[in-house]
Amino acid sequence: MSLVVDNLRVYYRTLRGDVRALDGATFTVADGEIMGVAGESGCGKTTLGKSLIRLDGRMRVAEGSVTLDGVELPIADDRAMDAYRFRSVSIVPQYAMSALNPIRRIGRMISELLSSRGVSYEETLPELRRRLALVGLSDDVLERYPIELSGGMKQRVVMVLSTLMNPSLLVADELTSALDVSTQKAVAEMLVEFRDRGFVKSTIVITHDLSILYQVADTILVMYAGKLVEKGSAAEITEDPRHPYTKLLIASLPEVGVRFEERRLTGIAGRPPSLLRPPTGCRFRARCPLATEECAVEPPFVELAAGRHAACWKVAA
Amino acid sequence: MLRVDDVTKVYRTGLFGSGSQTAVSGVSFDVRPGEVVSLIGESGSGKTTVGRMILRLTTATAGTISFDGEDVAGYNRRDLRRYYARVQGVFQDPFSSYNPVFKVDRVLGMLRSTYLPRLSDQEWKRTLRSSLEAVSLEPADVLGKYPHQLSGGQLQRLMVARALLLEIELLVADEIISMLDASTRIDVLNLLGDLKGRGLGILFITHDLSLGNYISDRTLILRHGRVVELGPTPKVFGDPRHSYTRALLACVPQLHRKWGDDSAVEANGRPSATADATGGLVAVDDDHFVAPEEDAP
Repeated sequence: MSLVVDNLRVYYRTLRGDVRALDGATFTVADGEIMGVAGESGCGKTTLGKSLIRLDGRMRVAEGSVTLDGVELPIADDRAMDAYRFRSVSIVPQYAMSALNPIRRIGRMISELLSSRGVSYEETLPELRRRLALVGLSDDVLERYPIELSGGMKQRVVMVLSTLMNPSLLVADELTSALDVSTQKAVAEMLVEFRDRGFVKSTIVITHDLSILYQVADTILVMYAGKLVEKGSAAEITEDPRHPYTKLLIASLPEVGVRFEERRLTGIAGRPPSLLRPPTGCRFRARCPLATEECAVEPPFVELAAGRHAACWKVAA
Repeated sequence: MLRVDDVTKVYRTGLFGSGSQTAVSGVSFDVRPGEVVSLIGESGSGKTTVGRMILRLTTATAGTISFDGEDVAGYNRRDLRRYYARVQGVFQDPFSSYNPVFKVDRVLGMLRSTYLPRLSDQEWKRTLRSSLEAVSLEPADVLGKYPHQLSGGQLQRLMVARALLLEIELLVADEIISMLDASTRIDVLNLLGDLKGRGLGILFITHDLSLGNYISDRTLILRHGRVVELGPTPKVFGDPRHSYTRALLACVPQLHRKWGDDSAVEANGRPSATADATGGLVAVDDDHFVAPEEDAP
């Protein structure tokens, strides 16, 4: 087991109290697994990704532990985490396009980053060139400023840069969201390519777009309002969703071929609860068509079959 | 109703407008009452510019845009006010479309003072209620609230409701659901479908092919400011004739079909149009047009 996350709770401190953005996540990611995390805005998926590498000032770990390759990560300790960042855990941040320093040439920026980790740029250069070529970029991007590159090119540079030290875990947050469909496909396929070539061991891909995950992920974890809802293989989640939320979410996605006149899709009524004072019991209760009194007690995230988890009283049986 | 005829837009760029950038080049199409036309293109294809020209937020460099036979370029202020009473736009970001310190009532009230000054209070209330009903918003849920108290889906539906307060005939919807969550975006999309049933013409601008396919009657594929393919939606998606359209469709991530097994789209590759001397669109089927393939990219 490459990554083991146990009962992780990460809250945001606000003047009105803690916002429980991630409220008890327990899951594992195996070596070589690409796990997709899907959910709507505010479900805690970005918080989950960030907590594995760097908490920002407002976040605090309320409970739980993260173990990578048998070593517990000191996620609550910003300083101590520094030894793991880039080398064992790396991230392609949301809006990675603006992650590049605008006043440095790409090559110089990479060299500064490497030397800050005590790694020689000259020695890494051949491998860097090889990887840039792999994603279809020529060497001269190293001489360019970020402003001279297109969005897709920047995204690829960040991807190569983040994985240069062959991290054990890569967190890719909304990697493809800002890209056009053709670039989106190329960048998403890079994730699989990098895994296959062993540049990264395990990957967590965070996105709101389930159809992208179906293309690249081995397993999908669905989140709702800070809770884990369902986990299973990509095929199981899309073909045979068990949790009512996953079912409704997938049913609401228009696909090429579905037309309004022929088949009218429906959304999910209502909106997610506030996480400042989250409701007791199942958090999807207020919007769930199957909800009954027993849902006032929080359903555990249980294993239904091997590798298949869900948190719902209605599917547990 | 709306007719866009050979419209071109060139932006001046650089110092003192020394450079120029052609955003839209020779685009022609029309929108009929009760019809949804989707304008699909990747970033930089000029789709938003087309919408802005129709709304007279910017002017066309060449070509004409006419509404019921009148050229909108010649409109003065008073004509424009009349025009905006019939044609309205809704844009991508519902969170920045509102003035954050105004309650939504006031946003809607501003529309009343501009366009409907003679309406009595009672009539106004009735109009307000019926247009909120048309977008399935409960008046008590939204009136008297500030924008930050409402969800993105509610704000976007309210934006449409605002347009419906006027008896508009054409709605220009530019990426109106791109920022909404999956579970709520479909409701806004269905709303457009219902409005179409009431005779409203809608220009649906999007980068998302599956959304365009779901809602529109006719589809226009734009690339680098030019129309690549134009036709009834089932034909453009079911039998794409231009290689660019086919390539786009092959890249769309789908839930039940992997990128690898795209043979279905490719195998359907009937020869597309051969170039004619004019470089214009070529009819390949009833009402279905494609641009000639470019030899060099």
